[in-house]
Amino acid sequence: MQQINYDELIPNNVNLSGDRRLQRALEKWHPGYIDWWMSMGPDGFQASQVYLRTAVSVDPKGWANFGFVKMPDYRWGIFLAPAEEGRTVGFGRHKGEPAWQEVPGEYRAPLRRLISIQGDTEPASVEQQRHLGKTAPSLYDMRNLFQVNVEEGRHLWAMVYLLHAYFGRDGREEAEALLQRRSGDEDKPRVLGAFNEDTPHWLAFFMFTFFTDRDGKFQLESLAQSGFDPLSRTCRFMLTEEAHHMFVGESGVMRVVQRTVDAMNEAGITDPHDVNRIREMGVIDLPTIQKYMNFHFSVSADLFGSEMSTNAANAYTMGLKGRYKEEKIDDDHQLHDSVYPVLKLVDGEFRWVEEPALNALNARLRDDYVKDCAAGVKRWNKVIEKAGIEFTLEIPHIAFNRQMGQFSDVHATPKGDILDDAAWEQRKDEWLPSSDDETYVHSLMKAVTEPGEYAGWIAAPKVAIDSKPGDFEFVRIAS
Amino acid sequence: MALKRQHLIDPEVCIRCNTCEETCPIDAVTHNEDNYVVDPDICNYCMDCISPCPTGAIDSWRMVKAAYGIEEQFEWDELPEEAEYTDEELAEASGDAANDAGGVRSGSDPDEVDEILQRARAGQGGKAVPPPSAAHPYINVYTRDAPAVARVVGNYRITESQAGSDIHHVVLDFGSQAFPVLEGQSIGIIPPGEDARGRPHHVRLYSVASPRDGERPNHNNVALTVKREITEADGQRFPGVASNYICDLQKGDEVKVTGPFGNTFLMPNHPEANIIMVCTGTGSAPFRAMTERRRRRMADAPGKLMLFFGARTPQELPYFGPLRKLPERFIDINLAFSRVPEQPREYVQDRMRLRSTDVAALLPDENTYLYICGLKGMEDGVKEALEAICSEHGLDWTVLASTMRESGRFHVETY
Ligand SMILES: [Fe+2]
Ligand SMILES: [Fe+2]
Repeated sequence: MQQINYDELIPNNVNLSGDRRLQRALEKWHPGYIDWWMSMGPDGFQASQVYLRTAVSVDPKGWANFGFVKMPDYRWGIFLAPAEEGRTVGFGRHKGEPAWQEVPGEYRAPLRRLISIQGDTEPASVEQQRHLGKTAPSLYDMRNLFQVNVEEGRHLWAMVYLLHAYFGRDGREEAEALLQRRSGDEDKPRVLGAFNEDTPHWLAFFMFTFFTDRDGKFQLESLAQSGFDPLSRTCRFMLTEEAHHMFVGESGVMRVVQRTVDAMNEAGITDPHDVNRIREMGVIDLPTIQKYMNFHFSVSADLFGSEMSTNAANAYTMGLKGRYKEEKIDDDHQLHDSVYPVLKLVDGEFRWVEEPALNALNARLRDDYVKDCAAGVKRWNKVIEKAGIEFTLEIPHIAFNRQMGQFSDVHATPKGDILDDAAWEQRKDEWLPSSDDETYVHSLMKAVTEPGEYAGWIAAPKVAIDSKPGDFEFVRIAS
Repeated sequence: MALKRQHLIDPEVCIRCNTCEETCPIDAVTHNEDNYVVDPDICNYCMDCISPCPTGAIDSWRMVKAAYGIEEQFEWDELPEEAEYTDEELAEASGDAANDAGGVRSGSDPDEVDEILQRARAGQGGKAVPPPSAAHPYINVYTRDAPAVARVVGNYRITESQAGSDIHHVVLDFGSQAFPVLEGQSIGIIPPGEDARGRPHHVRLYSVASPRDGERPNHNNVALTVKREITEADGQRFPGVASNYICDLQKGDEVKVTGPFGNTFLMPNHPEANIIMVCTGTGSAPFRAMTERRRRRMADAPGKLMLFFGARTPQELPYFGPLRKLPERFIDINLAFSRVPEQPREYVQDRMRLRSTDVAALLPDENTYLYICGLKGMEDGVKEALEAICSEHGLDWTVLASTMRESGRFHVETY
């Protein structure tokens, strides 16, 4: 068997070489991971040289090292954000006690569950995106895709590290299971719904990174509050990478919008609903972009679970999972008597109902998420406005197209009007991508592999990464 | 009032991910609902926030007389236009910088630099003057005693890995120090340490490969094109001290820089100017800078750009990829390769002869400026080609050369 120096192979700041037991566990896990990457990671391009960012340490200078690397040789490291001296649990029953460096025995099961759910989403998205390399609209975009993929791979490592280091045999089994489940597989699907949907093309990919990765950001933000210090530090470092995924989504959609409005202006088309003429130019009309937003937003909103949740309340009280920006919230951080307004359907009407804040934590996290999404959408609208086109992209009503939570059994339009089943069936193609829309978007997906060139449906980025010129050869495909 | 370089965040590119605010050790970054901004009263240019930013939005800079306050920045949808400053204002800024650095700005290059430049310009056949429309150059703002300290922000190989020559594209950032440099000027780099006899190393000059507003527009940085020099003698390899030092620099390293130097090998600024550029290898650096200046500022100028560029193979030609992307109507590119297997050896002068009629039509035009840059070895061949081209068209190169030189239209720098 080939000897691998794991201390060198896995850049880390957890003193891996000083923990023989852990090192052995990861050594055992590593070949399975590589197998998984080769069979379920990006389809093709595994021998290509990709200009990737690799974290080699956690200080500002060390975690953005750019260079050409073949994806299977990427150094998936284990990094925890620097420890905060004297950190205490910030909320719940244990508020003010020193943060835990080991798992409290009574919280073992719920903590492991939180970590494995988070861990499960990481490889899932790589699986969902595995075919996209072949239709990348540019080498720059291809590189961004692969960067997201290797970092999701690293996030899996991060969660597996926690499972191995702190959860003994159960943890090792869980880590193994993370490699066994498959996105969209009937027998052993990934845990959460949205992670079993295919990411069929690049518009979906940009929407996914904008809306669905952003759910990841909010989950990580609330886990970063955890009283279990190693989890908190792990998540804090993951958030720096997650920011790149948000960027790929936000700038990706923005460039699609930019190209569309530019093409419309070049052709003198002022009506954004003149879909046929706009599509004749090979760009994606704004109403179709809106439909994809509707779809990806609603599917991602489901990831927050039921608005009212005792599991979430328990995790909070136990000090395992906090609120978004917990430290900036001015209250008792225990939620003894506080209330939180939750949008509900009461007698066929949407109404804000005050609920015990402790039970409404999922609703609150989702509301924070929606605000964050809206800020990005505002930027997209600036592009449209600047081009002088009259159209506004909008986040759909929270009750639109939901499978989870209290709106899962009603139908609502993106504006929030209630519909009966028949009306929904009849009209849903107005709001969600129809098979015609899918066919059209698919027809645009042709690989562009000439450095500095971009597919006709997407604008070049305003700045490329790492101060590289736009025509830099971000992926050397044939090497 | 003195100019200052202000650190800003591009609101069109920023995705409000909070990474910079999280990273900043002194809380200079803050935000409102729309924008993340840098507080000019707090930021000390430590650059910690630059590399973690996933978008590059953080790497935005403006020269300003009065800094934009955070309230103003909160309202921006996009960065303000870069203001144009007069020579006097820039002079003041660089004067301040020189004074800050304890240096003196004088009208001539220091002796050690002057010697190098004299040798490089020998092929010109006489003293050159700058093009009348050239911008006013600042020289010797930073000296050996008071150098500028630049930080490496990029360093990568631009010749293919199989190619014999290892040429690097190196980008240096000057932070808040003003470093006014024009296309065609050089900067000096002093390798650290001492030579075998315990003396400090000689300064090496490198012509900047980026235009005056920076490798990236509005960035206080310059690009260099540096070939790793390795001489072989008696079966031993002797790596050149300066070039190997530069090619091995890592991102984040600090480098001592002197200059700028050179006040004649400069580009004309008027749009009618035709520019003929003849170069080999890294001699392309000043022409990359000039071409980029024209592309950024007057892509539709009536003056012609004509480039003759030689290398052994396409793989060894620096900037081969980007060059191919420039449209024909913008620049007339003629490449010559001397070592392509199974093809006759071709040198820049051969390409010039092929374009004899076009070159001869341009040369006598008083709007035409001719520049030669590269290895000493190219000089004779190019001169012979110019003689032949002229005599074919009833011109006398010897006469024309001195007329052109005296009117700032003929420049040579070979090493
Ligand atoms: Fe992730
Ligand atoms: Fe992600």
